[in-house]
Amino acid sequence: MRLASVRTARKITVFTLINHIPIPFMLLATLFAPLVGALALLLVSRDAKKALKYSSLLVSLITFVFGLVALLQFDRSNPNMQMLTSQAWIPSLDAGFRIGVDGMSVLFVFLTTLTMPVVILAGFDSIKEHEKEFYALILLLEFGVIGIFAALDTFLFYVFFELILIPMYFLIGIWGGERRAFAAIKFFIYTMFGSLVMLVALIWLGYYVQQTTGHFTTNLLLLREIAPTIPLETQKWMFFAFMLAFCIKVPLFPVHTWLPDVQSESPLVATVVVGAVLFKIGIYGLIRFGLEMFPQSSLEYAKVMCTLGAIAVVYGALVAIVQTDMRRLASYALVSSLGTMVMGVFSMTPEGVQGAILQTFNHGLSVTGLFLCLGVLTEQRGTTNLADYGGVAKVMPMFAVLFAISMFSLAGLPGLNGFIGEYLLLLGTFRSPFLNNWVYGIVGATTGTFVAMYMLKLYNNVCFGKTPNEESASMKDLTTKELATLIPATILMIWIGVYPSTFMRFSEESTKALVGKLEIIKFGTTKHTDTLKKLHAAPHEGAAHNSAAQSGSGH
Amino acid sequence: MLQDVYYSLPIALCSFFGITAMLLGALVQKNRSNIVMPYSTIGLVTVFTFAALFWGRNGTAFNGMITIGMYPYFFDMLFAAAGILVMIAARPYLQRMNWEFDEFYVLVLFAVSGMMLMAHANHLLITFIGIEIMSISFYVLAAYMRNESLSVESGLKYFLLGAFSTGFLLYGMALIYGATGGKMEYPAIRAAVSYGSQMPLLLLAGTGLIIVGLCFKVAAFPFHVWAPDVYQGAPTVVTAFMSTGGKAAAFAAFIQLGAVLIPNGGPDSVKITHLLAIISAASMLYGNIAACAQQNVKRLLAYSSIAQAGYMMIGIVAGTGRGTSGLMFYLAAYLFTQIGAFIVAAALENEYGKQLEFSDYAGLAKRHPLLAGVMSLFMFSLVGLPPFAVFFGKYYLFTAAIEAGYTWLALVGVLASVISAYFYLGLIVAMYFRTHETGEIQPAAPGMSGVTIALAVAGVILLGLIPAAVLRITGGGM
Repeated sequence: MRLASVRTARKITVFTLINHIPIPFMLLATLFAPLVGALALLLVSRDAKKALKYSSLLVSLITFVFGLVALLQFDRSNPNMQMLTSQAWIPSLDAGFRIGVDGMSVLFVFLTTLTMPVVILAGFDSIKEHEKEFYALILLLEFGVIGIFAALDTFLFYVFFELILIPMYFLIGIWGGERRAFAAIKFFIYTMFGSLVMLVALIWLGYYVQQTTGHFTTNLLLLREIAPTIPLETQKWMFFAFMLAFCIKVPLFPVHTWLPDVQSESPLVATVVVGAVLFKIGIYGLIRFGLEMFPQSSLEYAKVMCTLGAIAVVYGALVAIVQTDMRRLASYALVSSLGTMVMGVFSMTPEGVQGAILQTFNHGLSVTGLFLCLGVLTEQRGTTNLADYGGVAKVMPMFAVLFAISMFSLAGLPGLNGFIGEYLLLLGTFRSPFLNNWVYGIVGATTGTFVAMYMLKLYNNVCFGKTPNEESASMKDLTTKELATLIPATILMIWIGVYPSTFMRFSEESTKALVGKLEIIKFGTTKHTDTLKKLHAAPHEGAAHNSAAQSGSGH
Repeated sequence: MLQDVYYSLPIALCSFFGITAMLLGALVQKNRSNIVMPYSTIGLVTVFTFAALFWGRNGTAFNGMITIGMYPYFFDMLFAAAGILVMIAARPYLQRMNWEFDEFYVLVLFAVSGMMLMAHANHLLITFIGIEIMSISFYVLAAYMRNESLSVESGLKYFLLGAFSTGFLLYGMALIYGATGGKMEYPAIRAAVSYGSQMPLLLLAGTGLIIVGLCFKVAAFPFHVWAPDVYQGAPTVVTAFMSTGGKAAAFAAFIQLGAVLIPNGGPDSVKITHLLAIISAASMLYGNIAACAQQNVKRLLAYSSIAQAGYMMIGIVAGTGRGTSGLMFYLAAYLFTQIGAFIVAAALENEYGKQLEFSDYAGLAKRHPLLAGVMSLFMFSLVGLPPFAVFFGKYYLFTAAIEAGYTWLALVGVLASVISAYFYLGLIVAMYFRTHETGEIQPAAPGMSGVTIALAVAGVILLGLIPAAVLRITGGGM
C-alpha cells in the first residue's frame, strides 16, 4: 500500500515536471537535437571510432527522450495544430520558421525518433569506414525528417524535403554496393523531379492566395483554409503535382522503379532508413497535402489512386515471388505493401487513414527487423542470393526465431503489429463510402496471401532445407550486439500487435476531424466517422479491440 | 558638379584606383605585384564600402547620364565583391603558372569600372562605354597567358565574336536614336516608347538588335556559342570573373534596357516578352543538356552558366518588381557559388589546363576532403538544393514567373533543374564514389585562394539561410 502511494507520488512529479516545460520547447528540442549532434560530431576526431558510435547513439536517444516528452505534452483530445512556433524569415514571401504538430504529425515525429537509435545501432557493425561522416549524415537525415513532419510552412517544408536528399545521396553512394553511384543518382533525380514539380505547385498555391487576399504566403495553416476553396479545375493540377512528389517518395506504382535499385545497392543501414523513415514521408504527404489540402480532388481521384495502389499490391507481390535475390525480394514486397497503405489513405475512412499511419510505422519495424536479419546473413557470407542459403535454422536458432517474428509481422500474423495495420487498412478500404466498391478491398486482401507466399519462400530457403555448402553450416548465431539491435524492434512489434492504442490514440482526433471534413463535402454529414470510436475509444479498451480484431480475421 | 562626382564616387574611385595602380606598377622596379595586388584589393574594398555608405540616395548625376540609387549601388557592391574574391584567388594561381604580372590586377579594376558604368548608366552611350570598357578588359584577360595557345585562342574568339555582338548593340542603339527622334537618355526613350500600342518598325528592329547584343553578353541560347571555348581556354580565375561579374553586369544593363524598351501592355512588347521567354527556356534546356556530356570541369561550368543565364532571364521575362529583385538575388547567389566552384578548380589545376577532367577529380574526397566538401556544397547550390543560396534565387524567380503568368516557363525551369542534377552530381560521384586510377597526382595547395573559397562558402550559406537581408536591398522586402 505504501509502495503504491510512493509510486503514484513519483509519477505525479514526473508528469508535473513535464507539464512545467514550456510547450513548444520540446518540439524545437526534438527537431534541433540531431542537427546539433551532427555538428558536434564533426568536432570528434576521426579515429575515435567508439566515441563516434556512442555519441551518435546518445544523441539519437536524447532526441528520442525529447520526442517522448513532446508526445506526452501533446493534448490528444485536440485535433488542431499544437506546440506552435512562428518566426518570420522572408517577409516578402511571408515565409517563416513555422513549426507545430497535430495528432498525426506528432506521432510521425515520435516514431522517427524511436526508429533512429535502432538504425544507428544497426550501423555499429556494418559501417567500417568513414564512420564520422556516416553518423553525421544519419543525424542530419533525422533532422530533415523531423523537420518535414513538423513544418507548418510550405517553404520550410520544401527546404526539409530537399535537405534529406543530401544525406540519402551520400549514404547510398559512399557505403553502397557495386552500382552505388548509379543507384544514388537514380534516387536523387527521381525524387528531385517529383519535389521540383511540387515546388511549382507550392508557389502556385501561394500565388493563388495572393490573388484572393493580396498577399503571397507559404503559411500552411492559412493555405489549409484556402486551398480547399480552389475550384476543382485548378485544384486538380496542384493535386497531381503533390501526388507525383509523394507517390515517388512512397513509392507507388508506376514510379516505384528507384526502390529496387536503391534497396539492393544501398548499404544495409540505408535500406533500413529508406524502409523505416522515407516511406513515412510519402504517406504523411499524401494525407497532409492530399486529403487535407485538396479534399475535392482527393474525392475525385480517390479511385485512381486506389487503383494504382491495387496494381502495386499485385504487381509488387508477383515480382517479389520470382526474385532470387533476398534484398530485391524484400524491396518488391515493400512496393506491394505500400500499395495497401495508399489504398488505406484514399479510402478516406478513419480506419483506413489510421491504419496507414500505423502501418508506416509497423513497416518501419518489420523492415528494420527483416533487413537487419538479411544484414546478419550477408555480413557472414557476403551474398544476397537465395540459393546460397539453406538450413540456417540448425546453426542459428536464435536468428531463426527473430527472423520469423520480423517476417510474420510483415505478413500480418495476428498478435503482431502488421496484423493490426493490415486489418484496419482493409477494413477502411471495404467500408469506404467514397470508394463504394468491394473490388479494392478484395484486391487489397490478396496481399495477405501473396506475402505469405514470398515470405515463406524466403524463410524456407534460408532457414530450412538442405545445407547447400559448408559455408552455411559454419555460420554463427547472433552476437550480443546484433541481438541488441534486433530485440528492441521485436519488442515493439509485439507491443503494437497486442496494444496498438498506445500509439494510435494520438492521431485519432486529427484523423477523425479530417475524415469528417471529407464526409461533409461529399455527403453533407459526418455519420460515418464513429466506427473507429468503438475500436479505440480509450486506452484501457485496447485489449478488447485486439480480440475484436482477431475475431474479425476469422471471417 | 562636385555633388555629381561625390555621388558617383564608387565608379570614380574604381577608375582612380585602376589608373594609379597602373602608374604604381610603372614606378616600382621589383616585385610589382607585391604592391599592386594589395593596392588594388584595398581599392576594391574602398569602392565596396563607399557603395554601401551611399545607400539610400536616389537621383541622377552628370545631367542625367548616370543614375544613383539602391539598384546601381547594389550592383557596385556585387562587382566589387567579385573583383575582390577573384583577386585574392588569382595571386596563388598566377604564381603557380609563373605568369604573375601587375597588369592583371589593373585589368580587373578596369573591368569592374566598366561594369559599374553599365549598372549606373542612364544613357545609351554610357551603357555602351561601360560594356566596351568591361569587354576590352576581358579580351585581354582571356588571352592573358599569351604563351598558352588555349588562352590565346580563347581571347581571340572572345574578341572577334564580342566585337561582332557589340556591332549589333551599337546598331540597335542607333536605330533607337533614330526612332525616338534623337533621344538617348533612358527616361526620354521610355516616354517616347510607351505612348502607342504599336511600336514603329525602327524601334522594334532597334530593340531586337539590342536584345541580341545583350543575349550574347550574358551567353544565352542561341548566342552562347562562344562561351564554352572562351570559358575553358581562359585562365580559370579569369573565367570565374567573366562568368559571374561579366554576366551580372550584362544583366544590370539588360534590366534597365528591358524596363525602357519593353513597356508593359502593348502587343509588340508581349511578343518580345514571349521571345525572351523562349530564349530563356531554350538556354536552360540547352545549357543543361549539353553540360551532361562534358567531362571537363571548366567546360561543364561553362555550359551550366548558359543554363544559369536562362534562369536569370526569367527575371527579365517577368518584368515585375519580384522578377527584378529575384534576378538580383540570383546574381548574388550565383556569383558566390560560381566563383567558389571555379576557384576550387583553379586550386587543383597545377599546370595550365591540366587536372580539370572528371577522371582527375576521382577520389578527391580522400585526397582533399575539405576541397571536395566545399565543391559539393557549390554543386548542391547550383542544382538548387536548399538551404543554399541558388535555391532561394530559383524559388524567387519561379514565383515571379508564375506571378507574371509564365507557369510553363517555371515548369521548364524545373525540368531543366532535374537534368542539371545529373551532371552536377556527376562531379560529386567522381569525387566521392570513385577512386583515382591514373597514378599519383601533385597535391594542390590552395594557399590564399582558401580565403576566397571560405568567403564564397559563407556567402552561399548565409544567402541561403537569411535571404531576407539581401532581398530587402534588392527591393523585394515589401
